Amino acid sequence: MQLTEKLISSFLAFELDIDIHSDIHNIRTNAIKKFEELGFPNKKLENWKYTSLNRIIKEDYTVFSKKKNVIDFKKVKDYFIDNIESHKLIFVDGFFDPFLSQTSHDGLDICIMSAALSKPKYAKIIEKYFNKSANLEDSLTCLNTAFSKEGAYVHIPKNTVLEKPIEIIHFATGNEAALMLQPRNLVVVEQGAEVEIIESHQSLTVNPIFTNSVTEIFAEKNANIDYYKIQNDVVTSSLVDNTYISQKRNSDVKVHTFSFGGKLTRNNLNFFQKDSSINSTMNGVTIIDYDQLVDHHTLVHHANPNCESHQDYKGIYSGKSTGVFNGKIIVDKIAQKTNAFQQNNNILLDNKSTINSKPQLEIFADDVKCSHGCTIGQLDQDALFYLRARGIPKKEAKALLTYAFANNVLESVKIPELKIRVKNIIAKKLGVSLGFDL
Amino acid sequence: MLTIDNLHVSIEGKAILNGINLNVRAGEVHAIMGPNGSGKSTLSAAIAGNESYDVVKGDILFKGENIIELAPEERAHKGIFLSFQYPIEIPGITVTNFIKTSINSNLKARGESNMPANKMLKKIREKAALLEIDSKFLSRSLNEGFSGGEKKRNEIFQMAMLEPSLSILDETDSGLDIDALKIVANGVNKLKNKSNAIIVITHYQRLLDYIIPDYVHVLHEGKIVKSGGKELAHELEEKGYDWIK
Repeated sequence: MQLTEKLISSFLAFELDIDIHSDIHNIRTNAIKKFEELGFPNKKLENWKYTSLNRIIKEDYTVFSKKKNVIDFKKVKDYFIDNIESHKLIFVDGFFDPFLSQTSHDGLDICIMSAALSKPKYAKIIEKYFNKSANLEDSLTCLNTAFSKEGAYVHIPKNTVLEKPIEIIHFATGNEAALMLQPRNLVVVEQGAEVEIIESHQSLTVNPIFTNSVTEIFAEKNANIDYYKIQNDVVTSSLVDNTYISQKRNSDVKVHTFSFGGKLTRNNLNFFQKDSSINSTMNGVTIIDYDQLVDHHTLVHHANPNCESHQDYKGIYSGKSTGVFNGKIIVDKIAQKTNAFQQNNNILLDNKSTINSKPQLEIFADDVKCSHGCTIGQLDQDALFYLRARGIPKKEAKALLTYAFANNVLESVKIPELKIRVKNIIAKKLGVSLGFDL
Repeated sequence: MLTIDNLHVSIEGKAILNGINLNVRAGEVHAIMGPNGSGKSTLSAAIAGNESYDVVKGDILFKGENIIELAPEERAHKGIFLSFQYPIEIPGITVTNFIKTSINSNLKARGESNMPANKMLKKIREKAALLEIDSKFLSRSLNEGFSGGEKKRNEIFQMAMLEPSLSILDETDSGLDIDALKIVANGVNKLKNKSNAIIVITHYQRLLDYIIPDYVHVLHEGKIVKSGGKELAHELEEKGYDWIK
């Protein structure tokens, strides 16, 4: 059976099996109808021109893991950030793992979606925010909504500055021959509150995994959010990450995406500025090889005056890997004094590596500063010779130049332990041991 | 220390050096002068091992070993240093991190362990003072936005840190005002000793008033057409390069 049919037919069984409010039931039913109508996106769609899901959806995925699998902390210890105190929301094959997690209800809620969708005490927040910023016309988002059941639920009340970051990890054990996962996360940060979140998806075997994730983030007035996505999964796992961010006045949201792994990774990152004086930042470093593909589709909708957006994506491609950057910026007529900056720089290390880079600016206001820039090149041979002439071996010199290239994005990481983690992943990817710090 | 024997070098099939012979012993300073396009920078790049330059014929012996087949980093490990005419700007790497990486790479290649951080810091301070380099300068990105003088001082600072056996100063005087020139020359003179050697490549005689050469060679159309003592530089200054053509 095709995956599309399999998903649609399992929807009913799924609905019968779940304990939720009737409103959610309606949202879900509408969502599956929409998915049935649209199906999986194909290359005929402008937004999917460079990325085909065909090789991913041809697998015979189990749509739900049949049983809860338990994993030993020792086995997965390395996937947690070292030497850091954090709240932890850990999921294994789509189920919440209470042993690996550290939830909190201490004046705030760092817990799970299944509870939020079913327990009365969360009903107000769910009613106000759930599925409210997600794109109701996007087939994969609808698919996730139809099956939304589990994921991270974070609610930070007014003026609360979270001291410890939140780590969200979605593990796949590989106990199923092939598994599809659809985590659904909701993050609500109330007025003046601050939070840092680190999210990753990690498969523990080479059995195919296809994750279709949706995260909705709401930043109320003066809220501050740093969201880090560490995409360093094995090369048999694929991820479509749909993230929707809705911001209110004076809020500042930064999403940092580090894409090093996976077979196919598609990031749909959407920012909606719902008021004035908002700051939105998107940073990314992509380093891939073999036949990996990483596709960044960003959208910033400037719908109010005096707002800013900053995008800085760096990509380094080896082997037969492919990168896509599509940065869409919409500036409404009312959104005067908008500052929107977009930068996408790429290095192709091999003849067979590809990058498709496309800025898409739709500007209807006249008093704005908008800029976009894109470069595609190779490592500078003169710079390489300069480093080598100082005794730095070729491999290390290349690594050093790669670091230098990605440095300003790395510098945006505010958690020192996380910065070290990212640097170590990069060093490992480049096959060098670091004789230098940045 | 360095023996160049009948060296022929070409770039993309075009012959630039046509049989260079040069012998540099420890403790000596050699100046190589010549008009634009005579092959001065090609000679320095060929000694340092730039792979864009093809050695068609001839040998370069360093401390008795033929280094023609060695990678640039291997030549650096053996003690060859090139001060670049146009130092490369590398945003994202600080001067300090660059020199640390460089020093430790050289130590590693010689089978030694990394220089301890406190020793490194002390040495950096000492050598920065020698070249009148401000400490703020050391935390800036390598050569990015540096003035011509700052770039050249940074090159000699690296030379001071690495303590090479053979230093090739490629047009180190270009882009320097007289004050910067004096600082750079003073730095080089302090680094000079009986066991190392320096090759100064320059278009003008000006630098040679401060770094006094033992030998002067004149390069023309890829060949050394005249060699002599330091007085040859003055003669060239007076008569111009047309005189040797």
